[in-house]
Amino acid sequence: MAKVKEKAIEGFLICCSLITVLTTLGIILVLATETIAFFREVSVIEFFTGTEWTPLFANKKFGILPLVCGTLLTTSIAIAVALPLGLTIAIYLNEYAHQKFTAIVKPLLEILAAVPTVVYGFFALTFVTPFLQSFIPDLSGFNALSAGLVMGVMIIPYISSLSEDALRAVPKSLREAAYGMGSTKLQTAFRVMVPAASSGIVVSVILAISRAIGETMIVAVAAGQEPKFTFNPLTSIETITTYIVQVSMGDVPQNSLEYRTIFSAGMALFIFTFLLNNISFFIKKKFQQRYE
Amino acid sequence: MYKLEARNVNLNYGEKHALKNISIGIESNTVTAFIGPSGCGKSTFLRCFNRMNDLIDNVKISGDILIDGRNVYKSKIDVDEHRKKIGMVFQKPNPFPKSIYENVIYGLRINGVRDKALLDESVERSLKQAALWEEVKDDLKKSALSLSGGQQQRLCIARAMAVEPSVILMDEPASALDPISTSKIEDLIYELKSKYTIVIVTHNMQQAARISDKTAFFYLGELIEYNQTVTMFTNPDKEQTQNYITGRFG
Amino acid sequence: MSRSQINKIKNLAFKFFAIGCTSVGLIVLLVLLYVVISQGFSRIDSDFITNLPSRMASKSGIYTALLGMVWILILTVCISFPVGVGAGIYLEEYGKKNRFANFIEVNISNLAGVPSIIYGILGLELFGRFLGFGNSILTGSLTLSLLILPLIIVSTREAIKAVPKSLREASYGLGATKWQTVWNVVLPSAFGGIMTGLILAVSRAIGETAPLIVIGALVYVPFAPTSPLDEFTVLPIQIFNWVTRPQAGFVTNAAAAIIILLTFTFMMNGIAVIIRNRFNKKTKF
Repeated sequence: MAKVKEKAIEGFLICCSLITVLTTLGIILVLATETIAFFREVSVIEFFTGTEWTPLFANKKFGILPLVCGTLLTTSIAIAVALPLGLTIAIYLNEYAHQKFTAIVKPLLEILAAVPTVVYGFFALTFVTPFLQSFIPDLSGFNALSAGLVMGVMIIPYISSLSEDALRAVPKSLREAAYGMGSTKLQTAFRVMVPAASSGIVVSVILAISRAIGETMIVAVAAGQEPKFTFNPLTSIETITTYIVQVSMGDVPQNSLEYRTIFSAGMALFIFTFLLNNISFFIKKKFQQRYE
Repeated sequence: MYKLEARNVNLNYGEKHALKNISIGIESNTVTAFIGPSGCGKSTFLRCFNRMNDLIDNVKISGDILIDGRNVYKSKIDVDEHRKKIGMVFQKPNPFPKSIYENVIYGLRINGVRDKALLDESVERSLKQAALWEEVKDDLKKSALSLSGGQQQRLCIARAMAVEPSVILMDEPASALDPISTSKIEDLIYELKSKYTIVIVTHNMQQAARISDKTAFFYLGELIEYNQTVTMFTNPDKEQTQNYITGRFG
Repeated sequence: MSRSQINKIKNLAFKFFAIGCTSVGLIVLLVLLYVVISQGFSRIDSDFITNLPSRMASKSGIYTALLGMVWILILTVCISFPVGVGAGIYLEEYGKKNRFANFIEVNISNLAGVPSIIYGILGLELFGRFLGFGNSILTGSLTLSLLILPLIIVSTREAIKAVPKSLREASYGLGATKWQTVWNVVLPSAFGGIMTGLILAVSRAIGETAPLIVIGALVYVPFAPTSPLDEFTVLPIQIFNWVTRPQAGFVTNAAAAIIILLTFTFMMNGIAVIIRNRFNKKTKF
């Protein structure tokens, strides 16, 4: 009797674990079926190479490049902010700072990641944009720059925390060797520690990029809803994620082609982030053995 | 019939051949000491009797281990039920982060015993047997972690005895304790002999000499010699035993 | 200047630069709080909290959004907690070192990196359309539960891993079954860590906007939900809606609502940290 109970409980626990597998299957199935239906009406080539995205207008064009462009633009700005800042912070905490300083700063930085993203969107739209407009008069009310900058600050902890972990994992002996030869902290950090931790740092950057690509609310609020194939950060653009929000809020009939654009755009987004995440897992696994 | 018996037991941890052809017979109501240098397999062998080695991956066992004549590995026994008949005390005291009372009745509770009177009585009996009752009887709800190391170990002994096993296995029970606690536990073991069959792994040869009836000397996975303790320490058969006991190696 | 003097100067310069970098994040946070509080604080009064949304900014309130948030919170916890902890227990205590468990681990790592809006798309099709729950609270909770499941599983596993092997051995030595050991020894010791993980995950869930927009949570909800199958809105969506309106009054409303949302978020994070610290002290092994 007791054995039956044990087996039943184990069965329940297995089911709980299986839900995660079902989730992945669900995501793939949902995206795939609707995307396939989408591609029955839209040519694959137009989707991947077209530079106009106007599915909701009368003259429908389905080139996803403007959305991809918008996503890449905001992501690049975000990484341009987060990478130098995040890495510097990681190096400082690892090499220079006292334990007490780190103990206070790390949680504070984690707060940055805990703030709901719609709040960041509000901040970007109502403070950062007007602030930037005071010395960049060409900046439009919705633009990629404000959104990108704020997103960058938001993902600083992603890079700083993971890079710091990577630096901490470097064996003390390497650091001691550098100091033993009279290196300054700066030299040790950049010539010895960072290269040694490079795979972990690269992983953190890739994950940060993936996070930025998937970010929705900051760009939905502050970056605009005009898909443009441009690299100008001062104008309004639209990202893949903003588009999905835009269509979801509208009155698009289910099973229509316009409705299916949610899924084809979502599929593109999913593939990007999936690839990035798995590349980072691969790098992590492959280079982790080095210092085991 | 021996209380505990092993016949040609071999054990492998992955590649390592940890136990080589061990055969031994242990009688009821005796205290048997397993001695030998670190890594010689005595703890591993001890843990075979209550199948604690099942918890480790990559372990292969062959041979027979019998308790009261029943083969512990081959016959269709329920491992959990089997373990209830054997008490184990570990090297480092491991009381649960619960109250003293909860610790002692743990074994009873998982058996479904709910009767408060029964539980109370069992707690008092076990703690008295473990010579801990006088020290804790005023506050059984206190956390077990607030006790000293020696008291914690006696609590673990009480916990093991609460389910009234017939065999108690002790894996270096006093090695982490101060001399006073150690001597209290040794006295305890001597008293328990009348009710239980006790096997104790120890690093401390003087301890083995003090408390055990028979001693088994292990070296590099083999059972070198098994004899009356008195004989082992004054006139052992094997030269290796002689060398270990006189401190030539170890 | 000698080489070593140059190096020393570089070192010092970097130190200042690094402190500057560290400050950037904190300064932005402070400025954000200042902007939000200065714009929204005065707007918060009992009307604001008890009013329904309306076309007029000054009459609009967050009542329905707050109710929706509470509904979603409770339902999400009820769904995700047992499943997440259950999966965590399985992976740590039962399924170690088999291919199946390995595969699930990889899968969970992937799910943790999927953008939240994709979960919204899944929820829309699976719960909203296929199972027919529409754009109800139930759909929203199920969607968010899937979203935070990886977080709960990971923190449960960490908490369980931290329980020393010696305690398990003591329990098995007394003849306890695996589940008895998990229930009586492992889970009580891991409780603090599990709770912390749950609270952090839920705090993340209440800040999510995109997935709920995609499943169809309404932007304008002039009624209080009374059952899990009702339509709903939540605070972040209300904020999003107000931010996109041009009238100045709505921006003020948005700021005020943000203060409420941040209060909840920081409170939950704070509680999680307190629990984590208390349990770390209590169960010093």
